[in-house]
Amino acid sequence: MRKVTLEINGKTVVKEVHDNTLLSSFLRDHLNLTGTHIGCDTSQCGACVVHVNGNSLKSCTALAADIDGSKVTTIEGLATNGKMHPMQEAFKKLHGLQCGFCTPGMVMSAVDLLQKNKKPSDTEIRDWLEGNICRCTGYQNIVAAVKEAATKM
Amino acid sequence: MASLVGSRVERKEDKRFLTGKGRYTSDINLANQTYAIFVRSPHARAQIKKLDISKAQKSSGVVSILTGSEIAEDKIGGLIAGWAIRSEDGTEMKCPANPPLAKDIVNFVGDPVAVVIAESLEEAKVAAEKVSVDYKVLKAVTSTADAMNGDTIHEGIDKNLCFDWLLGDRQKVKEAFEKADKVISIDIINNRLIPNAMEPRACLADYNSASEEITLYTTSQNPHLSRLIMSAFGNVSPEHKLRVVAPDVGGGFGSKINVYNEDIVCSWAAKKINRAIKWVAERSESFLTDIHGRDHVTHAELAVTNDGKFLGFKNETIANLGAYARVFGTVTPTYLFGPCATGVYEIPAAYSNVKAVFTNTAPVDAYRGAGRPEATYTIERLVEKASMELGIDKTELRMKNFPTAFPFKQTLVHTVDSGDYVAGMEKAKQMADYNGYEARRKESESKGKLRGIGVSSYFEACGIAPSAAVMSLGCGVGLWESAEVRFNPTGQVTVYTGSHSHGQSHQTTFAQIAADELGVPIENIDIVHGDTDKGTFGMGTYGSRSLTVGGIAIVNACKKIVEKGKRVTAKMLESSPDDVEFKDGEFIVAKSNKKKTIGEIAFACYLPGVRDEMKSPLPEGEEPGLKETAFFDPSNFSFPAGTHIAEVEIDPETGEVKLEKYTACDDFGRIINPMIVEGQVHGGLAQGIGQALYENAEYDETGQLMTGSYMDYTMPRADNFPEFNIGYTCTHATTNPLGVKGCGEAGAIAAPPTVMNAVIDALGGQEITMPATAEKVWKACKNLKKPNSKAA
Repeated sequence: MRKVTLEINGKTVVKEVHDNTLLSSFLRDHLNLTGTHIGCDTSQCGACVVHVNGNSLKSCTALAADIDGSKVTTIEGLATNGKMHPMQEAFKKLHGLQCGFCTPGMVMSAVDLLQKNKKPSDTEIRDWLEGNICRCTGYQNIVAAVKEAATKM
Repeated sequence: MASLVGSRVERKEDKRFLTGKGRYTSDINLANQTYAIFVRSPHARAQIKKLDISKAQKSSGVVSILTGSEIAEDKIGGLIAGWAIRSEDGTEMKCPANPPLAKDIVNFVGDPVAVVIAESLEEAKVAAEKVSVDYKVLKAVTSTADAMNGDTIHEGIDKNLCFDWLLGDRQKVKEAFEKADKVISIDIINNRLIPNAMEPRACLADYNSASEEITLYTTSQNPHLSRLIMSAFGNVSPEHKLRVVAPDVGGGFGSKINVYNEDIVCSWAAKKINRAIKWVAERSESFLTDIHGRDHVTHAELAVTNDGKFLGFKNETIANLGAYARVFGTVTPTYLFGPCATGVYEIPAAYSNVKAVFTNTAPVDAYRGAGRPEATYTIERLVEKASMELGIDKTELRMKNFPTAFPFKQTLVHTVDSGDYVAGMEKAKQMADYNGYEARRKESESKGKLRGIGVSSYFEACGIAPSAAVMSLGCGVGLWESAEVRFNPTGQVTVYTGSHSHGQSHQTTFAQIAADELGVPIENIDIVHGDTDKGTFGMGTYGSRSLTVGGIAIVNACKKIVEKGKRVTAKMLESSPDDVEFKDGEFIVAKSNKKKTIGEIAFACYLPGVRDEMKSPLPEGEEPGLKETAFFDPSNFSFPAGTHIAEVEIDPETGEVKLEKYTACDDFGRIINPMIVEGQVHGGLAQGIGQALYENAEYDETGQLMTGSYMDYTMPRADNFPEFNIGYTCTHATTNPLGVKGCGEAGAIAAPPTVMNAVIDALGGQEITMPATAEKVWKACKNLKKPNSKAA
């Protein structure tokens, strides 16, 4: 066990964790932030993507203890003062989600793309999102939503 | 008031999903819950010689370990096949028992033999490792084609044959073939797929010893049906003491229709230990134990005349059921497959013969499209081959054999009420610039690439289904749907539906329908589903039935509300119900300015009486309150149809197939929400294209799943697809008041033959099996003459 101090969605959290606790489990099981989803056990699906110090990360690939002192943003922390982030708005407007399970990871990943590339092409969007699997949408409306968000951010 | 039906209404469910507030089964935790881990067979076929839990029981945190022996002692029932199919000779199908925990014999890798319940997940995992099982490994049967020649898997089921089913007339087909100028024949494999809903299966069972009720939260597409099966066949609890809740469910595609071993075991065990038990599948467990889809080996023949008229059709298929027959396992390769195998064509004589076999693999059941993708792949690959052999344009050959009038009495079972297949074909050709293809092919050729174009026309029978029809064919239940529409006294509406949304957007589309029917603003309408304690019994969501069956139940319940509203209005306004019209939320007495809003009527129904300014007398004999229930049993299936066209470009140096263009032109009847329908088409296409180009479930000869993770099973990703070009034609269904047909499965049905026809066209007609991987395509390219090479 060790003590970690993290800033999660703007709030400081101090918790005792096992050395082997994954960040994904820490968020879900210790903090009840169940918006971060677990869709696989091989770090392939991307449902668990969060931001750590501003960069997207599959939270199943990090140990909570390893990122002591970091700033973490999860899907729950993306809206500000009850107003959804432009990426969230775009997903809603263009039907970029169906069952909603891959959505948190997809949105967090897409937000990071636009941080790094303000006007990505369709190909760049599809390449970037290659690490996030969606089984419902066929990706077309997700790509459209990311393009829409790019005009609003 | 503007009609909402037909509008791109944004989804009511989205905000919670987009802000991390969705509530999926694995998100739910109960006080004092325990955690379950299942001990599963590592062998495809083995006898359990000894199962020793003594070490595991001493492991830290263990609460209980239960095995097949306790299941048997408590007389807990097994998993069931929902359809009883008869063989051609009239005998009933033969199915093995499928206990929730295997006691004597295991039949596929992943078959559970014990459950370990502990205070924490980690402790359950550690203890599960200490359960010792002594197996005598037996020779596994894994090949679909050879299953009938393998060792007998289940005692008493000779040749591993569940049934040998026939639909159609062999003699008439024989005569038709004798008249043919040419017989086109094809041998195809419909590759095995793993549904892979992104949310792994999960359940959380709780027992209340005071009320003696079990509550099961589970990832189900049909909670009421699950409760019925668990109660009537699983013997877990009387139905009124079992509540099944399917909260937000992260995709299903058929894989969450079945009651699974874990649902029964956790519910039963929760009562036994008087604690809540949570189980969440790891993805590897999903791969091993979720139902799989497809897995057919087919020989089919088409008898044709030289000028391209179809005379007869034969379909000889072996369908793999996996180790056990599950809820839709036996109907998927029969009545959902056989009738549709003659496609959108007038073929005077046809038969489908299906031998369904058991193997030591995961159970095979309904996966998006269920039988109809296999049917469409069969006929559309055959028709494309016929066009090559006859030298007739692939679109002309199809149109030549389309029905000329509707209703179209399809060869084997269905009477298709409406459609216009020629219009669909012509629009698809125009959308795809079919006539400009040759120029694109030449351009590809100039870059050293091979280009191919593929077409398929499909129809599907969905909106399942008329109860009398399906029960006569062997279905264990009727396939109606229920709805309940409740007004609050202050005028908001709650609609309860027996169908279930796990991505389909019912909270939005059903609210659009109710808003139009009742004239109530959509924001005042809530749709409730997914909880057996809320609303009436319903059959759930699969087979594109939610709108075509469940949606119509909602319409009918709304109509009953309006009828009652007319009676109450007539009484209040001293008129006759026949003189009251209802429009845009208002009851208006004809030829007068007297009217009541539906809100006023709802209020009156809850406050019946007359005092001071409150004057709301109900007609004599009228019950107070405003709530109506409807059960809708459709008179026919519904029949979406369409034509899809794909173009691929192949790099002969690498074998890589690039899907360049994909055009879908579908007829879904009336469309409630175009935005949502587009999403359904895109998603179906992605799964269908996935089958054609990427996905394949592969077992080795010992029954080990070789594709048991996302490292090995190729899930389609964002960079695998072009932007789809989709459009519609529209003929309304005549068998329901909305004129709707269903849209969820079309993409998965039409895309595999469309893409494969394009690949095979690019390869000069060489047959290739799905998925068309770079390796297979590269090998096929080696057989081609270089297009620009000089003759020797």
